[in-house]
Amino acid sequence: MLKDITIGQYFPGNTLIHKLDPRVKIIITALFIVSLFFIKSFIPYLFIVAFILLVAKVAKIPIKYILKGIRPLMFIILITFLINIFMTKGEVLFEIGPLSVTKEGLYLAVFMALRLLFLITGTSLLTLTTSPISLTDGIEKLLSPFKKIGLPAHELAMMMTIALRFIPTLLEETDKIMKAQMARGADFESGNILSRAKNLVPLLVPLFINAFRRAEELATAMEARCYRGGDNRTRLNELKLNKTDIISLVSMFIFFGLIISSRYLLR
Amino acid sequence: MIMKIENLKFVYNPNTPFEQKALDNINLEIKEGEFIGLIGHTGSGKSTLVQHLNGLLKPTSGNIIIDGVNITEKDADLKAIRQKVGLVFQYPEHQLFEETIYKDIAFGPKNLGLKEDEVRERVKEAMELVGLNYEELKDRSPFELSGGQKRRVAIAGVLAMKPKILILDEPTAGLDPRGRDEILGEIQQLYEKEKITIILVSHSMEDIAKLVNRILVMHRGKIVIDGETREVFKKSKELEELGLGVPQITKFMMKLKERDKNIKDTVLTVEEAKVEILQYLRRKKNA
Repeated sequence: MLKDITIGQYFPGNTLIHKLDPRVKIIITALFIVSLFFIKSFIPYLFIVAFILLVAKVAKIPIKYILKGIRPLMFIILITFLINIFMTKGEVLFEIGPLSVTKEGLYLAVFMALRLLFLITGTSLLTLTTSPISLTDGIEKLLSPFKKIGLPAHELAMMMTIALRFIPTLLEETDKIMKAQMARGADFESGNILSRAKNLVPLLVPLFINAFRRAEELATAMEARCYRGGDNRTRLNELKLNKTDIISLVSMFIFFGLIISSRYLLR
Repeated sequence: MIMKIENLKFVYNPNTPFEQKALDNINLEIKEGEFIGLIGHTGSGKSTLVQHLNGLLKPTSGNIIIDGVNITEKDADLKAIRQKVGLVFQYPEHQLFEETIYKDIAFGPKNLGLKEDEVRERVKEAMELVGLNYEELKDRSPFELSGGQKRRVAIAGVLAMKPKILILDEPTAGLDPRGRDEILGEIQQLYEKEKITIILVSHSMEDIAKLVNRILVMHRGKIVIDGETREVFKKSKELEELGLGVPQITKFMMKLKERDKNIKDTVLTVEEAKVEILQYLRRKKNA
């Protein structure tokens, strides 16, 4: 069950997209998100679909795998869809009890659901093609100009790296402790919300204790290797923009620029 | 027959790129009162197999019959099965969560719905079985204890459910030699006193050789060797091919036998080896 979560998972590969500079990928993703919110009609969506499909194809990530990442968020998409369909005023198409479906509502609901869908798939392409380490490297580099105003860019990036690194470990541990308590007759699946929450104590207490223990061990291990934060720290692989990175960045700026401007041009 | 496994198969993550066959057609019969060593390399499927035995994992196909009940059926009473088959996981001390040792050990019996008196009786008994002083320790926090003591508390937590079959997954992992010998000694005593069926999972031949009376060797999801302890160690070549080998002292005696056929090499402990060597020397003198 827990292993089904694919959001934020890295899909290893050695493609053009995988090798792109993480900073470029982060900027493109940001552009992607911004332009999604500028789109006002369905035609630019076609270009967004084409973009997602193209990236997935080049990165050799199965579409099925990307869609699997939507599953845990399906609920949110559904709620947005329902709220939009029933709460928008306009020309009434048909009525279900006290609720009425309007033409505008239907349009908006489909539109919003698609926007969320693209938002998730588009951003998951970033995490699928970028290893957590290079992702945080990219974030650190992008944030480093803000160091001057006191933003601890390196520390933030290090915290993210560690957090990402320990997600699978924690999931594994949760699975193990759950089984161990079930072997002692614990029940995590039945009862009302209150008793279910109470039943989680035998799972959460050991999980937290182990997490703290592990954090302490990690801190000791890092200190033993003289880690002391970001000042004057050099790195093994310096990020450098090459030709492909610059071409991708420029062409994506143009692509998303056109999509954004379509809002004003297609009237 | 307390346990019977028929054509058990298990696949992790079926129909995904991460599909992995973990158990491949396991057939097994275990009699009441047997002390079994389940041995194999990391990833051979030992842990997967034992998690099937109390219904934590559902087989992809096959049957598991425990005490006459087929536990793979949909409406099987899992709580009753987990009471009957006690499973102590690897590093069981990581599952402790209560404020006091008493409460932690009482967790299992309480889940069985037992009365307070009965629970207290069982906690006391379980603590004694693993060599923990009830009066002295019952109100202390389990987190104050040493690693070995914590592990005893966790094992007692399973023993308090009075299982008919006790499965211990690497109970000595990460302990120092003394802690290891103590825990193994307690398991041995437990077997002699309580007459329950025990399955001891390990990757170390040394640990289980002197304890168990039957050995199962797993390799790549299959049981490749199954037999009485001494019989299994006769197949030292096969074991070595699987990367397992035999206890050092058995190996030593085998080397001795290569020099002189008159010496017996089916020994499992240093004690037995001493006796055999002395007898051998005496025989030689008399001859």
